[in-house]
Amino acid sequence: MKQLRASLGWEATILGLVVLALLGGALLSPDFLTASNLSFLVANLAEVALMALTMTLLVIVAEIDLSVASILGMCSSLLGLLWASHVPMPLALLLVLGAGALAGGLNGLLVTRLGLPSLAVTIGTLALYRGLAYAMLGDRAIADFPQTYTNLGFGNIPGTQIPLPIALFVVLALITAVVLHATAFGRSLYAIGANEVAARFAGLRVERVKLILFVLSGLMSALAGIVFTFRFSSARADNGAGLELSVIAAVLLGGVSIFGGRGSVVGAVAAVFLIGVINGALTIVDVSNEILTIVTGLLLIGSVLVPNLLARVRAARERRALLRREPG
Amino acid sequence: MKHRALILSALSVTLGLGAVALAQTTTLKKGLKITLLPKNINNPYNVIETNGGLAAAKEIGANAKVVGPSDAGATTQVSYINTAIAQRQDALILAANDPNALLPYLKRAMQSGVKVVTMDSDTAPEGRTLFVNQANSEGIGRAQVQLLGKLIGYKGDIAILSATPNATNQNTWIKWMQEELKKPAYKNMRLVKIAYGNDDDQKSFTEMQGLIQAYPNLRGVISPTTVGISAGARYLSTSPSKGKVVLTGLGTPNQMRQFVKDGTVTAFQLWNPADLGYLATYAAAALASGQITGKQGETFTAGKLGKYTVGKQGEIVLGPPYTFDKSNIDKFNF
Repeated sequence: MKQLRASLGWEATILGLVVLALLGGALLSPDFLTASNLSFLVANLAEVALMALTMTLLVIVAEIDLSVASILGMCSSLLGLLWASHVPMPLALLLVLGAGALAGGLNGLLVTRLGLPSLAVTIGTLALYRGLAYAMLGDRAIADFPQTYTNLGFGNIPGTQIPLPIALFVVLALITAVVLHATAFGRSLYAIGANEVAARFAGLRVERVKLILFVLSGLMSALAGIVFTFRFSSARADNGAGLELSVIAAVLLGGVSIFGGRGSVVGAVAAVFLIGVINGALTIVDVSNEILTIVTGLLLIGSVLVPNLLARVRAARERRALLRREPG
Repeated sequence: MKHRALILSALSVTLGLGAVALAQTTTLKKGLKITLLPKNINNPYNVIETNGGLAAAKEIGANAKVVGPSDAGATTQVSYINTAIAQRQDALILAANDPNALLPYLKRAMQSGVKVVTMDSDTAPEGRTLFVNQANSEGIGRAQVQLLGKLIGYKGDIAILSATPNATNQNTWIKWMQEELKKPAYKNMRLVKIAYGNDDDQKSFTEMQGLIQAYPNLRGVISPTTVGISAGARYLSTSPSKGKVVLTGLGTPNQMRQFVKDGTVTAFQLWNPADLGYLATYAAAALASGQITGKQGETFTAGKLGKYTVGKQGEIVLGPPYTFDKSNIDKFNF
């Protein structure tokens, strides 16, 4: 219970920081809190936010998927290739999602069947899937997607400034949150992450759960690949390169423990938006890229350091209190 | 009757003067907000280019700034385009990292009233109003032959050391070189061979060696590729033909500096990136001030560079390539 309260405290902090960052942005520039600017800013986070959802689940079971951005690029290339070969779009989309699930499945099988660490497996498939992306398109870019579809990536819900990809994200985030926090499957993830051996003894099918999560991660990355392709109306092999770091950074900043067993969807999502809002606010006052990177880095170190320091202070205080109470 | 004609002509002169005066009153607006967005910042070539833009902005009293990503990824420029929209910039000048990935965002910028000008690297035409091109193929091809002709006194065998046999830009330049060579001034110059170094350093090096051995009367070589000219210069610098065979072509000052200093190469060409940024800023300011709209045939004045005309599809060409030699090479770092 105490652990839950501590982690909720961290999420409240992140949410508070999002509000502060928004206010800070508004103070820095009158152009910041405009509907169109915020709409763009949020739309620009769509792919990272989507992939952060399944990454949260994986990190809770103490696994990681470094290949997400490569699956995004591979799926973007595949989508371009299929479209260029005159495959009807609905079928192309299904094939792309299937390819993403397969790629995730391969990660999952290597981790669960061969017992390899997911860090090592997905560093390998990070290169493999990006390589396949280049094998499909090379330096080429496919750009002639029909406007109906690019509007899905680029447009807003009619009559609002809410970007369509973000509407999709909100739905998926709600589903993920319900699954994680209100189902037996969700609770089993915490149990596996906290103590895998105990979870196994308690009868949880750890391997199957992990395999499912990797498949979901691949599927979500494929979806992010589709969103990316339509948002920029451009399929390229290097699409989304390096985004895996943003995804993992956000998940960790959101209070999901890298050692597993702890974290929530709210925290991870809030962290995606915190980093996005800070970047947006600094960009609009023309802060240089280097400073932006430094700020993000400091934020991450802080996110690991501050809770740790607080925990130590709390532990020290409890120890002192205990000593005082003991006679002699 | 005579009287009336006089009045009429006086009237027409006045009207004419009025029209001239009117044309001159549409001067550049003061205090224009201009964003320069290179492919990536901190790259020496881009720094020179955007500095040229800043210099032009200073001349016309515009508030210009340079922003941009630190890597030249296809989509990293997008958030800067959005920022220009949010900041209500009058004009955005960019060197596009991808011809298509930026299109929807550039269209949105134009809809929001930001004038979009590309330089160096264009987007599809619907993504911008003007494209400031460093040089056109005809200009490059002809200028290369003109330079070599001057360097060898319009006499002797010459060769071309190109990149690959199917490089579109190289082949177009070579076509214009051959066109230029048809002029009577070059009647004593004979093109004996077009060699291909495949834009590979080693291959270009051996091709240069081969040319010099195969053609004893060779006086000059044009290598219109940065890989070819520097490999060729490296071979020439240690060969007995140094000082006898003239090498020129397209290269960058940093690659060619040592060969110009040690006398292997007298002069070579490329465009001046500072002028490109300078011209793009004047073009953007003319657009944002309503002097031009981007239609073919419109003209504007770009400060020290003089008068320019908008070409087909909003293209403006900087001019013939810039010639680098001992006298000016140290002013450039890219």
